Amino acid sequence: MKPRIGVYICHCGTNVAATVDVEAVTEFAATLPGVVIARHYTYMCSEPGQALIKEDARTLGLNRVVVASCSPRMHEPTFRAASHEGGVNPYQVEMANIREQCSWVHPDRHEATDKAKALVYAAVMKAAHLEPLEEREAPVTPGALVIGGGVAGLVAALDIADAGFPVHLVERSDRLGGRVAELNRTFPDLEPVAEWLPALVDQVRRHPNITVYLNSRVTDITGFVGNFEARVGPIEAGLAPAQIQVGAIVIATGYNVFDPRLKPEFGYGIYPQVVTTLELEQRLSSGDLTVNGKTPKEVVFIKCVGSRDQQLGRPYCSRVCCMISAKQAQLVRQALPDARVTVFYMDVRTFGKRGEEFYDEARRAGVRYRRGNVSEIYRRGERVVVRVEDTLLARTVEHEADLVVLAVGMEPRPEAADIAALLKLPRSADGFLLEAHPKLRPVDTAVDGVFLAGCCQGPKDIPDTVAQAKAAAASALIPLMRGVVPMEAATAVVDPELCAGCGMCVEICPYSAPALDPLWGVSRVNAVLCKGCGACAVTCPSKAIRLQHFTPDQILAQVEALVGW
Amino acid sequence: MSDNGFEPKIVAFLCNWCTYTGADLAGTSRIQYPPNVRIIRLMCTGSVDPTYVLKALLDGADGVLVGGCHPGDCHYQSGNYKARRRIIALKEILKQAGLEEDRVWLRWISASEGQRFADTVSQMTQYLKEKGPNPMKKEWAV
Repeated sequence: MKPRIGVYICHCGTNVAATVDVEAVTEFAATLPGVVIARHYTYMCSEPGQALIKEDARTLGLNRVVVASCSPRMHEPTFRAASHEGGVNPYQVEMANIREQCSWVHPDRHEATDKAKALVYAAVMKAAHLEPLEEREAPVTPGALVIGGGVAGLVAALDIADAGFPVHLVERSDRLGGRVAELNRTFPDLEPVAEWLPALVDQVRRHPNITVYLNSRVTDITGFVGNFEARVGPIEAGLAPAQIQVGAIVIATGYNVFDPRLKPEFGYGIYPQVVTTLELEQRLSSGDLTVNGKTPKEVVFIKCVGSRDQQLGRPYCSRVCCMISAKQAQLVRQALPDARVTVFYMDVRTFGKRGEEFYDEARRAGVRYRRGNVSEIYRRGERVVVRVEDTLLARTVEHEADLVVLAVGMEPRPEAADIAALLKLPRSADGFLLEAHPKLRPVDTAVDGVFLAGCCQGPKDIPDTVAQAKAAAASALIPLMRGVVPMEAATAVVDPELCAGCGMCVEICPYSAPALDPLWGVSRVNAVLCKGCGACAVTCPSKAIRLQHFTPDQILAQVEALVGW
Repeated sequence: MSDNGFEPKIVAFLCNWCTYTGADLAGTSRIQYPPNVRIIRLMCTGSVDPTYVLKALLDGADGVLVGGCHPGDCHYQSGNYKARRRIIALKEILKQAGLEEDRVWLRWISASEGQRFADTVSQMTQYLKEKGPNPMKKEWAV
């Protein structure tokens, strides 16, 4: 079909128009081959802006649309949808990035206008070569894989199962409940974990839709959103691995606590007086706080052990240690009313609902907070001495103690790196798994259909973990409940007339999308597997395979326009 | 001959996920750079056919920039490694044909490296200004 192209130049308020002469660009665009109409407007993405495209498309019978505005990464979906409503195939829409890559970076009006013309010219030339493509859908395997049986995994599994989908819950250890099962009471209400966690575990164990795999790990994952295939292998050899098919995956692999032996100056592992907050939880549960058979009179908490520490490569705040310390200090005061309890801190960060109040309660209960950096811990008789620089008095003090509790920070579990490698998930600089967008996609990952819950994404407390688990479950339910997932339309295709069946595309493709047809001896691309990278098209010696929407004639037309203008 | 009024034309083939987004970031951060670069968006540097680079040079582009994800960061696992091999081979061929291989630059620029993108364009523009116009343009335009 002969191209009938509509070109729309956006002012973006003054973002483009202040630097680029939009009228001159519009006049220029109107002279380009195939262009039926060229307009400029204040905000093309606004309702009236989109209406312009729809209206023109219908009345002028446009079959291509070019929008010169912001980056296609911003509004391509908007203009594809608007053009589609006007009867133009969404894949016959091309954008010229004259804001991010022109008006915002080139202050000279003449230069910016000249470049905008070149970009519009190239977009028009590409548009003329664009072919209509069909957006198709692939069916979704109803079911989810949840990796990790801690509180995040339990909650996510329950929500997905309650929505009516089978859930495979894989846990490395021999029990469910994760780290929370090691806790005594939780902040800020000092509620015993035993009052709610066993019930949650029980609900999961008895749920007809949930299959629990204990002592197991995920050893392989292939596929894509809607159609993942995972192998779950028992950690002990000799048992057969299970092969499961799911439509979505929730990762909830949790955290490890910092090993304070990496700070040898604190004497952890040498002095029985020095314990971690996690170990104190167990002692509080058992009610035995004695050290060497004696009841402690002086108890010291040290915060930020393995957190906010550049030298250890852990610059981040672990977010829960301030509240854990305030909780444990209160519980120690209750258990040992005669003991003096001192918390050494860098900062007190008791944010969140009831956080600050809880810190006040600790101080009212007689817990002493002293701002100071601890430099070392050493033995003196039956006690240990905490050597600390009081950062308010600017003085070094020695503080004798019978029990020292190190508020150890959180760190990524090494197994999370294995999962990340299996799924090719990016991790942030701190080693935790990276969300797709820090604000708008906090439980999504770079891989469609894979979601994050709990501390595998970063340190957080139980309410935040549960909130994230429920968000991850809800997100995982989107493809499961829709039953279909959209497939990449811009995939590679083979011209069987040109294909010599050499198999180079089969070799180069990381997704095994092309395969040689045994009957015809030519390559065929499985559109479901193709991600549209285009590596095969370059490698094909007879140019029989090409990536739709980025075909050589389209790209060469762009080159010609950009060099020619 | 650093400022002889010659303004080189640079065609850039940038991958959608890293360098194109890095160029967008330079924009949102309002980092200024010379307008000599004109960008073509591709999904992956692994889809940059050496013939595209040749076509740009033969048409008269003074430089070609290929920008992709850092090693290990490719959205498609290994497209940038494929690009690296192809560009090395292409430069070798250009050299043997007596053409100027230093007009072709391959750079890894991530989505968060807006400044690096702007710096790369500035450096390349300056380099090509000093080098002068692409001699192929005249010969092939006959």
